Amino acid sequence: MSAANKAPRWVTLALVPAVNLMAAFFIAGLIITAIGENPFAALEVLVYGAFVFPEALGFTLYYTTNFVFTGLAVAMAFHCRLFNIGGEGQAYIGGLGVGLVCLYMGGWPFPIVLIVAIMAGALFGGAWAFIPAYLQAKRGSHVVITTIMFNFIAAALMTYIMVEILIKPGQQSPESREFDPGTWLPFVHEMLGAIGIEVARSPLNLSFLIALVCCVLVWVFIWHTRWGYEIRTVGHNESAAVYAGISPSRNIIIAMCISGALAGMVGINEIMGVQHRLILDFTGGYGFVGIAVALMGRNHPIGIVLAALLFGALYQGGSELAFEMPNITRHMVVVIQGLVILFSGALEHLFRPRIEALFIRKPDAVPAQAAE
Amino acid sequence: MGEFFTIFILTLDATLRVATPLVLAALAGMFSERSGVIDIGLEGKMLGAAFSAAATAAVTGSPWLGLMAGIVTSMCLSMVHAFACVTHHGNQVVSGMALNIAVAGLGPTLGLAWFHQGGQTPMLGHSSRFTAIDWPFAKALADVPLIGHIYSEIFSGHNIIVYFAMVAVPVAAYVLYRTRFGLRLRAVGESPEAVDTAGISVAGMRYRALLITGFLCGVAGTYLSTAHSAGFIRDMTAGKGYLALAALIFGKWKPVPTMLACLLFAFADAVQIRLQGVELPVIGTIPVQFIQALPYVLTVLLLAGFVGKAIAPKAIGEPYIKER
Repeated sequence: MSAANKAPRWVTLALVPAVNLMAAFFIAGLIITAIGENPFAALEVLVYGAFVFPEALGFTLYYTTNFVFTGLAVAMAFHCRLFNIGGEGQAYIGGLGVGLVCLYMGGWPFPIVLIVAIMAGALFGGAWAFIPAYLQAKRGSHVVITTIMFNFIAAALMTYIMVEILIKPGQQSPESREFDPGTWLPFVHEMLGAIGIEVARSPLNLSFLIALVCCVLVWVFIWHTRWGYEIRTVGHNESAAVYAGISPSRNIIIAMCISGALAGMVGINEIMGVQHRLILDFTGGYGFVGIAVALMGRNHPIGIVLAALLFGALYQGGSELAFEMPNITRHMVVVIQGLVILFSGALEHLFRPRIEALFIRKPDAVPAQAAE
Repeated sequence: MGEFFTIFILTLDATLRVATPLVLAALAGMFSERSGVIDIGLEGKMLGAAFSAAATAAVTGSPWLGLMAGIVTSMCLSMVHAFACVTHHGNQVVSGMALNIAVAGLGPTLGLAWFHQGGQTPMLGHSSRFTAIDWPFAKALADVPLIGHIYSEIFSGHNIIVYFAMVAVPVAAYVLYRTRFGLRLRAVGESPEAVDTAGISVAGMRYRALLITGFLCGVAGTYLSTAHSAGFIRDMTAGKGYLALAALIFGKWKPVPTMLACLLFAFADAVQIRLQGVELPVIGTIPVQFIQALPYVLTVLLLAGFVGKAIAPKAIGEPYIKER
């Protein structure tokens, strides 16, 4: 296929995702109409709740942070043509690592705690992805199934650890004690307040910047290093990789471990940034949203940030929607999530060939070339 | 001794009740995966069916209409999966995931709008549920030691869907191994090219397989909301669809071993409820979470080839694109 036969990049990268998104919103609009609310009014509330009122943007970006991490995690594995459904479990275990550091390093200088916590989150999350990765690489067990199983194992393990070991003595609900305030990540409203800019209070914290740094690092890693090149080669064509002297199993393991490490960063935002203690179920489905984010963002960091922002707005606006419209719960956002995954993932071949065909210029020389 | 025996019988009784939706969902998954289509959407189909069944039963007062609604909903979801994966060659895992997530949100959304009970459906009365069927003389024989116990607790006193699941296993095995449809179904999951060459439509076979999957998941979901419990609550499948998937793999995609895996997982669950807080000799208390994680750990070990070997249908996960 020559370059002339491809649709322009903006069609593939912007128009097609936009059409898929429209389709998902259209179905969601039908559902909202069916339950007796006006979809356009709902959209208005959603946008207002996500961006306009004072602390809205902070909440939106706080959710966005989680989705950037999990979206990058899924994309990282996708580049090696692996489907990491285990983001949820890896984030959960990663959060455990972060929490342990914060619990036992109270009183240390903050920069050291931060670095150790990031390393612990990455290590724990990466380790949780390592086992499925190893089993896929060396024993051929399908990574989709094993990561699903590992999500459940992580949930059981965390419940055990929280209920039996880390629970604060004399307390009913399984929560750890609160971390030493010296280990908390600074909130953005505190950071901006320190330099004289007043913004509304929100859970948005330093980890948003860490997420943006991760985007840059992932971009450099995938497109500008030898390792990234090897991973993409394995993802594109495993047998070609073998001929080029690239070991598929090694790269499967590397890609999955980095993927798990990125998912583990959710713990930095949730545990170190917002909750300030270990709790159950702090992952709240963020790992699964990562799949939607990566699919919509076409596995590119810029796309992922935009898609994560979209889902962050949906999450935050969705809570506002549930508040304003009595017939709508925040579960409506989950429906939209599912529809976005359906249209931009599973049904990607529904619109794409038709749209792209509109933009492909037919070169006159094609019949002559084919005849040669 | 007598007390221990009673506990044992009651645990087996509980095992059957827990195993029923697992068996049905795992058989559903078997038809789909044997035809070459991965289905991680068992969970969503069950949940969707559970909601429609409970909602319909609540409105009409008839569990049978609820069952119909559950089956129709689940089959529709299955057809969406087929449309995405078979017709449009979409990624089967992504499609299953999308349906699971969409349904998880849709149930509470519609539930709240229609019934205004925080996303649940109204509690179902006795007449709008599938209730226990007592076999003849079950009451009279209950006091007869051993046989009477087994007869009255294990065979008698379940609802109709439990018996349906028991019958479904041999029927599914017969269909899969002894009918022309079953032969073609297995072939389409192993070597779709060969089936295509023989002049049979690969897509047609897969659509039919997914219809059966939808049907069985519909029954399983209906069981959860109108037989096992009395109404729909949010996320009531609680991972049973994935557990069924694990059982299917553990049973190596074969009907009878799959059923045994379901019974094993269900037995572990029933035992775990009995063992909560009980001090056992030598080992002490077994953490509940350990037993909850056990099915998943076992499945991973099996997949890794440490305990036996699970070989999936050869063409699984690959969309079939006809050569031109």
